[in-house]
Amino acid sequence: MDLLHFISTNRQQVIELTIEHITLAGVSTLIAALVGIPLGIAITRIPALSKPVIGSANVIQTIPSLALFGFLIPAPWIGERAERLAILALALYGLLPLIRNTYAGIRGVDPGVVEAGRAMGLTDRQLLFQVELPLASGVIVAGVRIAAVLSIGLATIAAAIGAGGLGEFIFRGLAMVNNQVILAGAIPAALLALAADFLLGLLERRLTSLQSRS
Amino acid sequence: MSATPISLASSNGSAIEFDRVFFSLNGRPLLENLTLSVSQGETLVLLGRSGSGKTTTLKLINGLLMPVEGEVRVSGRSTRTWDPIRLRRSIGYVIQDGGLFPHFTVERNIALVPRIEGWDRQRIEARVRELLELVGLDVELASRYPSELSGGQRQRVGVARALAADPPILILDEAFSALDPITRSEMQKEFRALQRRMRKAVVFVTHDLREALLLADRIALMEEGRVVVNLPMAEFRVSQHPLVRAYREAFSGPEETR
Repeated sequence: MDLLHFISTNRQQVIELTIEHITLAGVSTLIAALVGIPLGIAITRIPALSKPVIGSANVIQTIPSLALFGFLIPAPWIGERAERLAILALALYGLLPLIRNTYAGIRGVDPGVVEAGRAMGLTDRQLLFQVELPLASGVIVAGVRIAAVLSIGLATIAAAIGAGGLGEFIFRGLAMVNNQVILAGAIPAALLALAADFLLGLLERRLTSLQSRS
Repeated sequence: MSATPISLASSNGSAIEFDRVFFSLNGRPLLENLTLSVSQGETLVLLGRSGSGKTTTLKLINGLLMPVEGEVRVSGRSTRTWDPIRLRRSIGYVIQDGGLFPHFTVERNIALVPRIEGWDRQRIEARVRELLELVGLDVELASRYPSELSGGQRQRVGVARALAADPPILILDEAFSALDPITRSEMQKEFRALQRRMRKAVVFVTHDLREALLLADRIALMEEGRVVVNLPMAEFRVSQHPLVRAYREAFSGPEETR
């Protein structure tokens, strides 16, 4: 009851922080996709790069998030604004699932189908956009889904460097030793993660059912 | 590819020629000293067991592989000097189970080459209908996906797709091997009738002697990367070559020896 009371009296701020949170997670996932998907495609074309690229993304994943925020502070332009910093860090975390799923998705396309396409005279580009990517789309969206959920969860920590988002309530609640305030940040963040998971899951299933018509 | 067969055939009338071709992969020789030729209108069957180099031979025709030594000439021109995309679009390719794109409808699968060749919509639609009829499929199947078809129907779509842009050359890799015996026999007879009308240069790969005898004008028997016997049908039937006899024995079931 106290929680509901807190949320209703601070409705405006809950909405603002939720929007900030969605922006942080959304923009960072988008950047991760714009970088990770082409990188994933590239390493299917240049297999020698697959190990170093996936390895690097793996290493980034193991850096504790607070430490990563700290490492990025000296970066020019990025380090000037807390939101930029948070978005970059979150995007870096999202890279691994996107690179890995894009790579696995394309590699998982039936080699017979790819070879048939090549033998029919499709160019590399036509093969990629008309055959490989459509058939890998379900697995790639699964990667986007993992990155988005990860990003929504990690974005709560962005408040520690003043980037805003629902983490503000969590850190304030911790400082005040007030569970209601912590929950006012944690519950909406969890609901956001569940919603993203559900919606991207629907898309993933739709794409998978289209392509597994084999 | 609406070019006439005459301009595509080389001076001596061969649509496809293998001139002392060697091919190896990772140091392992797969083809040795292969010399073959297929003229326009002729059906060459490459007969042999798995691993004898039949599929490798096909891939050398459409430039999926390049010879290590020697030369493969298609329409009189070495595959090394062909633009691989143009080369492949002038060769229809049929594989086991059709090799259809699972995310394309039957219509889009058949229209693949005409579409990437930039044909206009009406011409493509008319061609798809014509081809469905040619391979004995109901026009209503055009909007289905491959998974909604039977194995025989998928194989027919595969043949229709290979014929779509009317290529002068057709290569088929174990095209009918995944079908049940009755469908298979139907497809073989229909293909033979089709080829009588089309007069394309056909290379058909199979391990089945009966299929070879039914479809071929000429049979090249392959073993361990070499052509062991290369004879016109009539001569192949009576050949006393030990390997040909071994095939005949392997394929003479009890009902035929009775």
